[in-house]
Amino acid sequence: MAEVKDVVLEYVKNEYLEEGDDRVINYDTALISGGFVDSFSMVSLKVFLETKYGIQIPDAKASPEAFDSVNNIVNLLKEFNIN
Amino acid sequence: MSFSTETRNIFKTQLEEIRNGGIFKEERIICAPQDSDIEVEYPIGSEHKEVINMCANNYLGLSSHPEVIAAAHKGLDSRGYGMSSVRFICGTQDIHKELECKLTTFLGTEDTILFPSCMDANAGVFEAVLNEQDVMIADRLVHASIVDGMRLAKAQNDTYKHSDMNHLEQKLQLHQDKRIRLIVTDGSFSMDGDLAKLDKIVELAEKYNAMVFLDDSHASGFIGKTGRGTQEHCNVVGKIDIITTTLGKALGGASGGCVSGRSEIVEMCRQKARPYLFSNTVAPVVVAGAIAVLDIISKTTERRDKLERNTEFWRKGLTEAGLIIKEGETPIVPVMLFNAKLSQDFARDLYGEGIYAVGFFFPVVPKGQARIRTQLSAAHDIAHLEKALAAFKKVGEKYGILHKTKQEVIDMYGM
Repeated sequence: MAEVKDVVLEYVKNEYLEEGDDRVINYDTALISGGFVDSFSMVSLKVFLETKYGIQIPDAKASPEAFDSVNNIVNLLKEFNIN
Repeated sequence: MSFSTETRNIFKTQLEEIRNGGIFKEERIICAPQDSDIEVEYPIGSEHKEVINMCANNYLGLSSHPEVIAAAHKGLDSRGYGMSSVRFICGTQDIHKELECKLTTFLGTEDTILFPSCMDANAGVFEAVLNEQDVMIADRLVHASIVDGMRLAKAQNDTYKHSDMNHLEQKLQLHQDKRIRLIVTDGSFSMDGDLAKLDKIVELAEKYNAMVFLDDSHASGFIGKTGRGTQEHCNVVGKIDIITTTLGKALGGASGGCVSGRSEIVEMCRQKARPYLFSNTVAPVVVAGAIAVLDIISKTTERRDKLERNTEFWRKGLTEAGLIIKEGETPIVPVMLFNAKLSQDFARDLYGEGIYAVGFFFPVVPKGQARIRTQLSAAHDIAHLEKALAAFKKVGEKYGILHKTKQEVIDMYGM
């Protein structure tokens, strides 16, 4: 089974890179402060994580910092026992 | 708490951060009615300067049209200055109903409700109509007022890549378990000037049993053969469930907005939309002016036709001059400079040449996509545009960016 961090990375690339956008996204790429994802588009990621892992991420935890890199997201998921 | 030195310093620090971030906004004082030629005091305290306005939303040139002004005067005399009330207590006059009726006819919908602004319409409609069993699926480049309105609603949010119909379809599939799916889009996107693929959106809405929301603020009055907006351009009049639009751009440019669409949706807004319930009625003088605007543009397409010709002339002229523009067909024409500082320097030099246009950069537009956004008007004559083109060429030459590729400009100035 694919590791959580790879599932998230794959989703982020498909969801946020436009066709022809050849910028590279890694596990530690700054997604929000790096200009890949804005706070409005971030909701898609929250919807994906909640649907995929059957969890509810409270708004207080879904901060731009918590979503700012794949590594940060993986750490957030650990709080929900998703490893 | 008093406004102590410590408290004052909190705000001073925040303002300094905005300045240091390069996003501090300064007003330029216009000392004349809105038009293609305006007199501007900038910076504040300096001598007034005559400039050609290339950045107003005055698409049809009706903001200072004599017939509109005369109608507004008449409205002021016959219905007074203000109503001192929200609509549902004692703030609805016959002319408010008349304007709502004319907007319904113009937009080809079932009913219309006025709001103090389109920002208010967008802030109120989602919360009034949807609940937690529903989902709003928005194009990622929708206007900030829609983003705010969606955040106020209890329905779930989701987004799709800008104008990417495959991505929208995936999202519609993902949310098939919801009570209502609402696709949310602008008609004409204000920063890039491109049009929504509304015909495709309607097709998907029909396939996946979704409703369609359209903010046509940058299209009402001039997009489409008779100016009915993006829905006319895409041949889907009558198929859009919720349209919001503004009276503050092409339709007279004063203020006011509306939600127009299915009668039950409009009625839900009358019962529940908070900016409608808790904000003053649109002033009679504005209503009277807007009625005159609708009468003018319902009688003749002369003004939108002139705007179309101006747009063609301007797009062709900029391209031939060797500047990079965002392709499209709307009177919003972004001149791409990519680098934030270059966009500011370019705008400043244009102003020196008597052309008023504004540079936009991150976070208003994505990083590396800084631009000067130019906007055409039916109030422009070819002489205005020729002068503006000469200024763009002169400044473009100064920075050495004419007839250069995007990559060459980026190599010279960075992203």
